[in-house]
Amino acid sequence: MLNIALPKGRLGDAVYDIFESVGYGCPAIREGGRKLIFESPENGVRFFWVKPSDVAIYVERGAADVGVAGKDILLEYQPDVYELLDLGVGKCRMCVAAPKGFREDTDRTLRVATKFSRIARTYYAGRGREIDVIGLNGSIELAPILGLSDVIVDIVETGTTLRENNLEVIETICPISARLIANKSSYKFKHGEISALCRKISEKGGPGDD
Amino acid sequence: MTQEVLKNEEKAMLRLRALYRRYGYAQYKMSKFEEYDLYARNKNFLPCDYVVTFNEPGGRLMALKPDVTLSIVRNTRGSAGACKYFYNENVYRLSADGREIRERMQAGLEYIGELDVLAMSEVIFLALKSLETISDRYLLDISHLGFVGGLLESLGLRAEVQADILRCISRKNAPEIEEICARHHVSQENTRKLTTLASLYGKWEDVRETLLSLCANEKMRAAVFELEAVLETVRALGGSGAIYIDFSTVNDMNYYNGIIFQGYVDGLPEGILSGGRYDPLLQQFGRDAGAIGFAVYLDLLEHFHRPDREYDVDVLLLYDEATPPAVAAEHVRRITESGESVRATRTLDENVKYRRLVRLEGGRAKEAGNA
Repeated sequence: MLNIALPKGRLGDAVYDIFESVGYGCPAIREGGRKLIFESPENGVRFFWVKPSDVAIYVERGAADVGVAGKDILLEYQPDVYELLDLGVGKCRMCVAAPKGFREDTDRTLRVATKFSRIARTYYAGRGREIDVIGLNGSIELAPILGLSDVIVDIVETGTTLRENNLEVIETICPISARLIANKSSYKFKHGEISALCRKISEKGGPGDD
Repeated sequence: MTQEVLKNEEKAMLRLRALYRRYGYAQYKMSKFEEYDLYARNKNFLPCDYVVTFNEPGGRLMALKPDVTLSIVRNTRGSAGACKYFYNENVYRLSADGREIRERMQAGLEYIGELDVLAMSEVIFLALKSLETISDRYLLDISHLGFVGGLLESLGLRAEVQADILRCISRKNAPEIEEICARHHVSQENTRKLTTLASLYGKWEDVRETLLSLCANEKMRAAVFELEAVLETVRALGGSGAIYIDFSTVNDMNYYNGIIFQGYVDGLPEGILSGGRYDPLLQQFGRDAGAIGFAVYLDLLEHFHRPDREYDVDVLLLYDEATPPAVAAEHVRRITESGESVRATRTLDENVKYRRLVRLEGGRAKEAGNA
């Protein structure tokens, strides 16, 4: 039995479709409701829905054998897990954004508002730039508008939220997509099951091969 | 009885101690503290940057030891011939999130001296045996840094790109290796070699041909032959077949060289044993010798297959004011002599779970059933 942690929400639905299409379906999951665990003994899987940023914790600690997490979460929390596949869904970019017409004043410490403080620190440390990280949990776009920060570091999918708030991308830090991750110990003790899963998913080729 | 009193990690330690002694390793006992200077001068060889320090009344800066190997290597400086030691010590390190200081119970074994195939094989064999004392569902992953390093060197990439690729290998992240290779114009053939190396997992017989096909230089070939000789000797010592080749076991390239390994037991999410060959540390101390060893993180066993305790005590002996002490004492003695545990008390504590209740009223026993 493989325990699979899926991120709740739109990405999770898209990812479940992939699992189902390669023979790891669990029909009850489509019924909705508030249940969090779904099991399919005949396909040898048990799925559970968790908060997207928690998937890596479930996998790292072995409560789930495998899981699906965004590259953003993996970069930010650096969990000690195997990163086996790029599922090619949930594609977006980690970006630096600023109010339109922003000019960076290199004399001063750059104030950066973000949910991803580690990513922001690593990115600016790589360019020798001193920054002041302002950790926020939501509505990051508000920070530069109110003068709380100079720029933001955040995920950009279509850019609509940025445009509507009169912000624009000034630098791309890295591309983001959903990854199949595995617990290191499970990978060994359930090697047959996990490598079969990986093989089936990569043979099918995700929607990412566009 | 003793088995029930001891915790998982304590039981494991008793068995490990007997095992290591049987193969001629002597226990190395050390003090809780070391002079901070030792760690300051050897920062590269520490598992983490943080060391808990304090001042001795005399003014010397002392540290709670974050590592045992360093102390053993330093304190055995003068010895001629091979040093074979095992230890069971607590070390003090930062928790993974870097917010707390943790005490970790560690057992380990070190072989310092001239390393030949038998020396390396014996240590790996004892690593296997150590895992066997913990669980019958275990395995040991082995890697060789000469092999991984040899392949990376053959590509002629900058050091930081090599470090990025190494990080991907440790996560079995083949997709990202492909991206990095594409960015740095690594040939398709070499990219395939790197992703094969990262994804490879299996028993020696199943991966041997693949390893030989990956060899790009003498360094890699030498590593393959060393692995082969060692694995053969481990078998000759009576080692089980639970050994797998896995190059994602990279540990720390500053510290280790040559063969490295990591042990897992089913049911624990992380490796419980980690070790390898660490000649660079010996060189740091100006010694012309090799060293190989491993540590077992016994504290991880705390939550491993912990049986839920049904009862806190066999007999709850509840005595009243009118019971003479000698009579109560006599009951306590009789119960413990019969092999049961007893908790004598005047008041009933609802949190204590007991198998049966004995009430002493005015010195007379009344047996009541279970709670």
